[in-house]
Amino acid sequence: MSMNRQETEQLIQEVLQVYPEATGKQRAKHLMANDPTLEKSNKCIVANKKALPGVMTARGCAYAGAKGVVWGPIKDVVNISHGPVGCGQFSRAGRRNYVTGHSGVNVFADMNFTSDFQEKDVVFGGDKKLAKMIAEIDTLFPLAKGVTVQSECPIGLIGDDIEAVAKKSAKDIGKPVVPVRCEGFRGVSQSLGHHVANDSLRDWVLHNRDDDNSFESTPYDVAITGDYNIGGDAWSSRVLLEEMGLRVIAQWSGDGSIPEMQTTRHAKLNLLHCYRSMNYISRHLEEKYGIPYLEYNFFGPTQIAASLRKIAAFFDSTIQENAERVIARHQPMQDAIIAKYRPRLEGKRVMLFVGGLRPRHVIGAYEDLGMEIIGAGYEFAHNDDYDRTFKELQDGALIYDDATSFELESFVERLKPDLIGSGIKEKYVFHKMGIPFRQMHSWDYSGPYHGYDGFAIFARDMDMTINNPCWKKLQAPWKRAGAEALKSAA
Amino acid sequence: MPNVMLRNNAAGELVFYITKKDHEEIVVALEHAGPGTWGGEMQLSDGSRFYLEPLEQKPKLPLTVRVKRL
Ligand code: SF4
Repeated sequence: MSMNRQETEQLIQEVLQVYPEATGKQRAKHLMANDPTLEKSNKCIVANKKALPGVMTARGCAYAGAKGVVWGPIKDVVNISHGPVGCGQFSRAGRRNYVTGHSGVNVFADMNFTSDFQEKDVVFGGDKKLAKMIAEIDTLFPLAKGVTVQSECPIGLIGDDIEAVAKKSAKDIGKPVVPVRCEGFRGVSQSLGHHVANDSLRDWVLHNRDDDNSFESTPYDVAITGDYNIGGDAWSSRVLLEEMGLRVIAQWSGDGSIPEMQTTRHAKLNLLHCYRSMNYISRHLEEKYGIPYLEYNFFGPTQIAASLRKIAAFFDSTIQENAERVIARHQPMQDAIIAKYRPRLEGKRVMLFVGGLRPRHVIGAYEDLGMEIIGAGYEFAHNDDYDRTFKELQDGALIYDDATSFELESFVERLKPDLIGSGIKEKYVFHKMGIPFRQMHSWDYSGPYHGYDGFAIFARDMDMTINNPCWKKLQAPWKRAGAEALKSAA
Repeated sequence: MPNVMLRNNAAGELVFYITKKDHEEIVVALEHAGPGTWGGEMQLSDGSRFYLEPLEQKPKLPLTVRVKRL
């Protein structure tokens, strides 16, 4: 069923033919057939490069990466979308980062704060307005633990000095005020926004309480980074770690808070789920506070068990025994899920096109259900992500970096997968092509998918999508076999 | 003169990470590995070479340093 490397290369060549020569040459560098023996990707695929003019790309902007991904889920800060109203309003609550607390009282993650730039602000500058706004926020929302200024495009263009405003306001209100230089035009994708946001957390928040040692740490303290609690992901991960005897002292940044981030330095181990968006801060935590980081994967029972053992190996034998106990306790439930869904999903072929982590991380979960990944690609991965992908993917599978909508559609037409996992921008195109589709950024309004509990939901969702009777009803009744009888009856 | 972070990976190899480029390579050869001096010329797994002003002894890793491209 699946293609070998040569056939995949051939397919790539055929699809590229449509492009003008120069474009085709550029795009060819972003497409390849997988070879699991490769260790390094920089010789065989080009990543993190600007999308070409004239193509449709699925990428977002730096503001989306900083405000939407990294800062957005932190529940107790007020994120000001500094600039015109649209950027914040149209991205509000779209990622479904769950939080606990009372919205507007001690939780602000689901609200939209904007300085609502008008013509006059663009002409005369918005610094005064910003200062006033921060003071107002402090009066209206006294329980907010900090304020961030997420710059939209115009701020960089008119040259406002948000750093100066932030420094002054922070003194006035006695809380961190963080200027985030994530104007949408910076960089090639949202990936730069992750980096900018990580750096702003490092420079303006992380060290603020370094001289306060009132936090009592234990030898079993860990932090979860790169989990945004989409549909409750961090919660279903956290329970497993706690069951194992570890104490999760910080969540970055799903359902996270500023005090948590400042106590992260007491952790003994930093568990990194999304490498792409939080490796920067993880590297810093390792260098400055000596907290090693460990990449783990909580999708599907095989990967979860492997990750739990890897995490436990870092601690003493009690934790290691606990890990075995946790795995043993959940195994029967997982076996039951696989027994139920595997026969319905066995051999189904999947294509993935998601952000910077999931195309490689969810492979195990699909394989647990007997499904096969025939193509995978990232919107905004870098070469270090591809280094980590080759081993996970089967030989000859198609890899596409920053695929254009034309490429993705052509590949799908040719490969005819049974399921596509991608984002909202792709969803309805493929629905109309009659192909089952799951939105793998925010779990299609479902989730969580992390952890053992998440796998139960994941398996159900995949079955519900692929085996939905609607896919058989796409042909008009008069075009179906036996339509003649229908006609004569009419 | 790029800023790079040096760290040891799980396998104990020295990893060279160019912060600006998100580029990770293994250091396959290090001119002075110590005791007395640590640093000098480094050869990376992709064939490129860098120079680190030698330090007195092996530093506590990870560490961000400035290196020269050779
Ligand atoms: S590119 Fe600029 S204007 Fe568009 S959403 Fe991003 S920050 Fe806003």
